[in-house]
Amino acid sequence: MAETIRLEVSRYRPEVESEPTLQSYEVPYNKDWVILDALNYVKNQIDGSVTFRWSCRMGVCGSCGMMANGEPKLTCAVPLTDYDPTQPIRIEPLQFFPVVRDLVIDMSSFLEKLSNVKPWIIRDDVEATEAVEFRQTPVELDAYKQFSMCINCMICYSACPVIGLEPEFTGPAAIALAQRYNLDSRDKGKEERMDALDAHEGLWGCTFVGECTKVCPKNVDPAGAIQLYKMGSATDYLKSMLLPWGTK
Amino acid sequence: MASYSCDLLIVGGGGAGLRASIAAAEARPDLDVAVVSKVYPMRSHTVAAEGGAAAVIKSTDSLEAHAYDTVSGADWLCDQDVVEAFVDEAPREMVQLEHWGCPWSREPDGTVAVRPFGGMKVSRTWFAADKTGFHMLHSLFQTSLKYKSVKRYDEWFVSRLLVDDGRCAGVVAVEIATGEVHSILAKAVILCTGGCGKIFPFTTNANIKNGDGMALAYRAGAPLKDMEFVQYHPTGLPATGILITEATRAEGGWLVNKDGYRYLQDYALGTPEPKPVHRTMELGPRDRLSQAFIKEQERGRTLEGPYGHYVNLDIRHIGETVIDKKLPFVRELCLKYANLDPVHEVIPVRPVVHYIMGGVHTDIHGATPIAGLYAAGEAACVSLNGANRLGSNSLTECLVFGARAGRAAAEYVDGAPAPGAAVEAQASDEERRLRSLMDKTDGTERIADLRSEMQSTMEESAGIYRSGDSLAAGAETLGRLRQHARHLKLEDRSRTFNTEFISALELDYMLELAEIILRSGEQRTESRGAHQRTDFPARDDDNFLAHSLAYRNDDGSVRIEYSPVTITKWPPGARVYGKQ
Ligand SMILES: Cc1cc2nc3c(=O)[nH]c(=O)nc-3n(C[C@H](O)[C@H](O)[C@H](O)COP(=O)(O)OP(=O)(O)OC[C@H]3O[C@@H](n4cnc5c(N)ncnc54)[C@H](O)[C@@H]3O)c2cc1C
Ligand code: SF4
Ligand code: FES
Repeated sequence: MAETIRLEVSRYRPEVESEPTLQSYEVPYNKDWVILDALNYVKNQIDGSVTFRWSCRMGVCGSCGMMANGEPKLTCAVPLTDYDPTQPIRIEPLQFFPVVRDLVIDMSSFLEKLSNVKPWIIRDDVEATEAVEFRQTPVELDAYKQFSMCINCMICYSACPVIGLEPEFTGPAAIALAQRYNLDSRDKGKEERMDALDAHEGLWGCTFVGECTKVCPKNVDPAGAIQLYKMGSATDYLKSMLLPWGTK
Repeated sequence: MASYSCDLLIVGGGGAGLRASIAAAEARPDLDVAVVSKVYPMRSHTVAAEGGAAAVIKSTDSLEAHAYDTVSGADWLCDQDVVEAFVDEAPREMVQLEHWGCPWSREPDGTVAVRPFGGMKVSRTWFAADKTGFHMLHSLFQTSLKYKSVKRYDEWFVSRLLVDDGRCAGVVAVEIATGEVHSILAKAVILCTGGCGKIFPFTTNANIKNGDGMALAYRAGAPLKDMEFVQYHPTGLPATGILITEATRAEGGWLVNKDGYRYLQDYALGTPEPKPVHRTMELGPRDRLSQAFIKEQERGRTLEGPYGHYVNLDIRHIGETVIDKKLPFVRELCLKYANLDPVHEVIPVRPVVHYIMGGVHTDIHGATPIAGLYAAGEAACVSLNGANRLGSNSLTECLVFGARAGRAAAEYVDGAPAPGAAVEAQASDEERRLRSLMDKTDGTERIADLRSEMQSTMEESAGIYRSGDSLAAGAETLGRLRQHARHLKLEDRSRTFNTEFISALELDYMLELAEIILRSGEQRTESRGAHQRTDFPARDDDNFLAHSLAYRNDDGSVRIEYSPVTITKWPPGARVYGKQ
C-alpha cells in the first residue's frame, strides 16, 4: 500500500458550531506535493466542504497562509516531505485573526492598516512629466527593494506576540510597506506617513523578538523595518526637541 | 437581496481592472467607482507575471519596430490601428507606473533597464527582476488606495450581468463570506476578469482563471472573438505547469533536446549563437517554439518523465551572479517546486497553456457591442494579439487598454439612463437560480472529476496541433460533460465562504467556453499562429484573414461569424525569424 499521511484539519462553520473542531483525513504521502496539494486532495476527493483560500500555487499571491503544527506557513511553499508521515499534520487557520470559516481568516483589519500607512508615492509632481522616468540608481533601488517583496500573506502577523495582545497594532507587514515607500528615493511623503504610524501605540510594544522576520517566506525582514522606523522616529523626535524650528 | 449602486462598476482587480479604476477616478473624481473582485485584488493572477512589460523607451528603438514585431508575431490577425495606438501609448503608461512607484530594474545611470524578449527585434521589455507582474500589481493596488472615490467589494463573485433594453445595468454577485446574493447596479460595467487557462490540464494559470467574464458577456449577448487562439508557453515545469519565464532565454538560456542539441535550429528559427540574438532561436515567438517541441517529440528526441515528455532549459552558463540579480524567482521556483538548482542543473520544461488571445470582442476603446459594457485585459479581445501574443505585451495591454476602457466608460456614464425596473426582476431570477443550486442535494457528479475530464479532453482535442476530427470529438465529449454538470454533487451545505459552490459556477463557465474554443477552432480551416490544423497546414488569407466572432444562439448553441481584420501599414507577409 502506498504511504499515507494524516491531516487534522480545523473545521468551523459559524452557523452550526460554536467552537472549531479537528477533522481527520488520510491522504497520499506524495513526495511531489506541498501541503496545499494535500488539502486540495481532500477537497477534490474526500470532502468538498473543507474550506481554505488558495490561487497561484507558486508562493506569490499570498492567499494560502495557515498554521501547520502550530507554525504559520505558506502552505503552497512547504513540501509534505518536511513532515514525518507517521505523525499527523495539524492544519489550522492563522492565529490572532478572527476566523470566518474552517481555515479562512478575516483579514479586513490588515487592509485598513495598509491604507492608513499611505502605501503610495507622495510628492507634488512638479518635476514629473509623462514622457520621462524618475532616475533611480540600482543602489537607491536596493535601499527599499527587500521591503517591496511583501506578498501580504499575514504569516508575520500570526507570529507576532504584540498582535496577539494588541490587535490594533499596525503590525510587521504594514510597517515594512510604509518603510518601502519612506526609503524610496522618489518619495517625499515620509513625514505624512510617520504621522499615521505614530498615532498607534503598538509600535513601542514591539520588543524586537524578530519572530516576524524569522517566519516571513519572502525574506522581507519586517523586524528590520520596525527597527529602522523606531530609530528614524526617535531621531526625528530628538531633532524636533533640539531644533524646535526643525524639519517639520 | 440587498441592492447596491454606483456609476461605474469594474469587475476584476488585476492589472487591467485596477488601471481602469484609477483612470476613471482621475478622469471623473465626482463619479462613484467600484471594483468587485472574487479575490482580494493583490491576489489576482497578474501577480504571477514574471518576465516584463514592453514599451519603447530607448533611443535605439522605434514605435514602428514595436508595431511590426507585434503584427508579425500575431500572424497578421491583429487590428493594426489597435497595435498603433498600443505602441504609442505604452511608454506613457509605463512611465506613469514608474511614477507610481513600481520598482523597475535600472541601469547604473538610473534609467530603467530593458531586456530582450521573444519575437521582439529590439530590447524593450521593462522588468522588475523576474517578478514584474507582482510589482506592477502591488504598485497599482497600493496606489489605488489613495482614490477615495473608488469603493471595493472584495471577495464577491459576479454570477450574472444585468442587461436591460440592450444596455448593461450592473451585475448580480455573491458575497462569498456570507453567501448572500446582491445586485450592484451601475450605469456602466467594465469586465477585467482575466483569462481561462484552467480549462486545460497543464497551465501556468492560477485556480481563479476560469474565464468568468467571457462567459458572463457571452451569455449576455456579446460575441467572443478569436477564441480558437490559445497560447502554449514553451517553458513550464512538467509536474505543476509553473512558469519558467521567457526572461531565462532573454538572459541567454538554451533549449536542448535529449542529446543536448539546441533543436530550434531545425525549425526555421535561425542558427545558434552563444549569446541571445533578437527574433532568433530561443527568442523566437511562443507559437513556433511550442510547435517545435511537438515536432521534436515526434522525432523521438525529447526526454520522458513521470509527467510526460520534456526538454531541458539550460541556464547554467549565465552564472550565479546574473541569475541571482535578474532571475532570482526562477531559482526560488526551481529549488522549491522542481527540487533542483538551475545554477548547477538543467531545468526540465514542456509547453503549457498560458494565455488566451481571444476574449470579449471590444473596439479600440474597450467598448463591447452591448451599450455600457466594456472589457479590458486578458478577458477582452481588442485585437492586439491576433493569432499569437508576444511575451511582455500583455501586462502593457492591461495598462493601455485598462486606462482606455476606464476613461471611455467614465465618459459614457454621463448620458446613460438609470437602470430600469426590468433589472430588478432579472436580479431576482438570478437569486433564485443561485439559491436552488446552493440548496441542491440530489447530485451525483463530483466537480473535480468533471473538471479534470474537461481538461484532458481539451488537451487532446485542442492542443498545440488540432484537426477537424479531434475538435469534433472533443465537442462531443464536452456535450456529454455539460449534461453531467447538471447533476453536480455539492457537499458543502454552509452559506459561509462556500468555495465548493463557487467552483460549481466556475466549472459551468469553463464548460461553456471550452465548447466555444472547439467550435471556433473547427470552423477555422487554416493554420495561423497558435491555431495549427494538421488537416489544413497553410495560412489562408483569402478566407481567414478575419476575426471569428462566437455568438450564443437562443437554444444555447454556438454560432460563428467573421469580421475583417484592420490593416493600416503592414500588408500580410511571411513571418521570418532567425538572422536575416
Ligand atoms: C505565470 C504567468 C506569467 C506571465 N508573465 C507575463 C509577463 O512577463 N509579461 C506579460 O506581459 N504578461 C505575462 N503574463 C500574462 C499576464 O500576466 C496576464 O495576461 C495579465 O496579468 C492579465 O491581467 P488581467 O487584469 O486581465 O487579469 P487578472 O490579473 O487575472 O485579474 C482578474 C481579476 O478578475 C477577478 N474576477 C474574475 N472572475 C470574477 C468574478 N466572477 N467575479 C468577480 N471578480 C472576478 C479576479 O478576482 C481578479 O481580480 C503572464 C501570465 C502568467 C499566468
Ligand atoms: S512581511 Fe513577509 S510574512 Fe509578513 S505579510 Fe509580508 S510576505 Fe508575509
Ligand atoms: S496559493 Fe498563492 S501563495 Fe500559496
